[in-house]
Amino acid sequence: MTGSTLAGAVNSALRDAMAADERVVVFGEDVGRLGGVFRVTDGLRAEFGAERCFDTPLAEAGILGAAIGMAMYGLRPVVELQFDAFAYPAFEQVVSHLARMGNRTRGRMRLPVVVRIPYGGGIGAVEHHSDSSEAYAVHTPGLHVFTPATAGDAYGMLRAAIASPDPVLFFEPKRLYHVRAETDPAKETVAPIGTAVLRREGADAVLIAYGPAVPIALEAAAAARTEGWDLAVLDLRTLVPLDEETICDVVSRIGRAVVVHEAAGFGGFGAELAALIGERCFARLAAPVRRVTGLDIPYPPPRWERHHLPNVDRVLDAVATLGIR
Amino acid sequence: MSAPEMFLDADGTQIGAIPADLLDPETLVETHHALVLARRFDMQAGVLARQGRLVVYPSALGQEACQVGAVLALEPEDWFFPTYRDSMAMVVRGIDPVEVLTPQRGDRHCGHDPYEHRTAPPCTPLATQLPHAVGLAMAARSRGDRLAVLAFCGDGASSEGDFHEALNFAAVYQAPVVFLVQNNQYAISVPFREQTRAASLAAKADGYGMPGRRIDGNDVLMVRHAVGEALAAARAGAGPALIEAVTYRMGPHTTADDPSRYRDPEEERLWAARDPLARFGAFLRERGTLTEIVEKAAEADAEALADDLRARLEQEPVFDPADLFEHVYAEPTQRLRAQAAYLRAQMDAEHAAAEAAAEGARR
Repeated sequence: MTGSTLAGAVNSALRDAMAADERVVVFGEDVGRLGGVFRVTDGLRAEFGAERCFDTPLAEAGILGAAIGMAMYGLRPVVELQFDAFAYPAFEQVVSHLARMGNRTRGRMRLPVVVRIPYGGGIGAVEHHSDSSEAYAVHTPGLHVFTPATAGDAYGMLRAAIASPDPVLFFEPKRLYHVRAETDPAKETVAPIGTAVLRREGADAVLIAYGPAVPIALEAAAAARTEGWDLAVLDLRTLVPLDEETICDVVSRIGRAVVVHEAAGFGGFGAELAALIGERCFARLAAPVRRVTGLDIPYPPPRWERHHLPNVDRVLDAVATLGIR
Repeated sequence: MSAPEMFLDADGTQIGAIPADLLDPETLVETHHALVLARRFDMQAGVLARQGRLVVYPSALGQEACQVGAVLALEPEDWFFPTYRDSMAMVVRGIDPVEVLTPQRGDRHCGHDPYEHRTAPPCTPLATQLPHAVGLAMAARSRGDRLAVLAFCGDGASSEGDFHEALNFAAVYQAPVVFLVQNNQYAISVPFREQTRAASLAAKADGYGMPGRRIDGNDVLMVRHAVGEALAAARAGAGPALIEAVTYRMGPHTTADDPSRYRDPEEERLWAARDPLARFGAFLRERGTLTEIVEKAAEADAEALADDLRARLEQEPVFDPADLFEHVYAEPTQRLRAQAAYLRAQMDAEHAAAEAAAEGARR
């Protein structure tokens, strides 16, 4: 299943990275024989052998800790934590060691580990399968945090993550896994780290989004035409490092911004963006920055999730408060 | 419970058959020398902490046999994963004592180069270094490098989830790791009997499918022997092992702790009678190995180490604000560069103000 979907693009990136560099190893729960619960690692064990793509015991801290030890010895581990909310046992290893070892050893012992985390909701799952935990990650100095919204970016950003000397938490929007790509992602080049991309130009306001919120922002921008609003969409792609220059350039030019993300709003990444824009672009703003986010509740049961997640209506409601014309 | 395995009883009387290689006079003298230096280092570090030269020092007084015996069993190509209480072991490993104490000095998190000494930075969150040891061992084996990894932890750490995950991982992948638990009877104030209901920590090895051994951690020859055997087996592909070394933390948890609040002085006296240095010294004297020349040489080297440590830690470390920002990522972000410049300007201004005040006072 290479090429045509976001999941396939991740698979292609892993395969190409493993072929290009024998230090790259892939492991986690069910990633070997099964090819992952989302089939993202399908075929890697057959192609590269059980030494380089293997199943682990059910032990997320152990997976992360072992990856750290392997990276200390010169390997480039790419581990999968099966679901966002099952990644929490690994949190201590990520925060206390993965993020800090390079700094602790003054650059002597960098840890080029990539942690792949299928994240976010919208798939009708029971509890613990739909969290958006990026805010925990971005608040930890020493980590890079990526989240692609397209198959092309999934390929290019994962190749960049694996090549990076820094540890990367790679959040994959699982509800976009099976969306068809317009082009063959494997033909995309390695994406530059720390660059946001303007998915749609617009004059009245910019919707700033990442990961699973990008298609919602694009849909909202299309729907806004009927209201007579011309909305731009900025896809951040990497939350750390953050492309502050592009954000400020775009917002300063357009004058109005709405941040869209799936995670709860309180203390979320949108607050950081609103603060950044307020600090750096205040004089160019025609309206306060608005946020459209998940509700400030624990992720709801599946029959409620459509009421929790940001959608086109909520984005347009926010845009309506910006005083456009 | 039966007594832990030992070669020497508390008086230094030989009660078991000691392998011939351990009785080589050079080996015996080397071991004694390391024990004396380790204790002198530990005492000096405690004094430096009380003088405020170190922000804190977690002493391992009483655990010298564990730290010395285990590290002397390592080969140079092996890797070692210490905790914050294993400063003596790091010194025995060959790391400059000032570099060993750098985290406690408080200007940097880690003083030594992990690759130069094949020794990880000393780890503070309990048991979290154990999975690293396993991963490194797996990586070495996958590259065909014949080496073993020695990972230390304490009795308290054996209750942590990472202890379980690391031992299970190591056994599943037959990783060449030796886990040495220094059971010093206390996790800060909580005694060992409240840490587990298991018959022993060594008994836990069964549950993971690896060999377990419970040894007398105050018998340096037994520690060196048991760890050496386990490391050799691991190098040869026999997989991991768990060793519980029964010992006692004679001092407080750190210089900020007061054991009189939770410990019976009678118990401390009991363990003082099992002192690892006195025990080994008695054994060596009985054999005629510990001549006055050998003893004096060890004492002189220990004093020289302490003098050097005092002299070098008298010097104020040099603070460069760039240190805080340069290594957070391989390439500092724009935001970090701006913060580094701001901090430097602020420190320069503080320095200039202090100079001006001093100049004013002189006039």
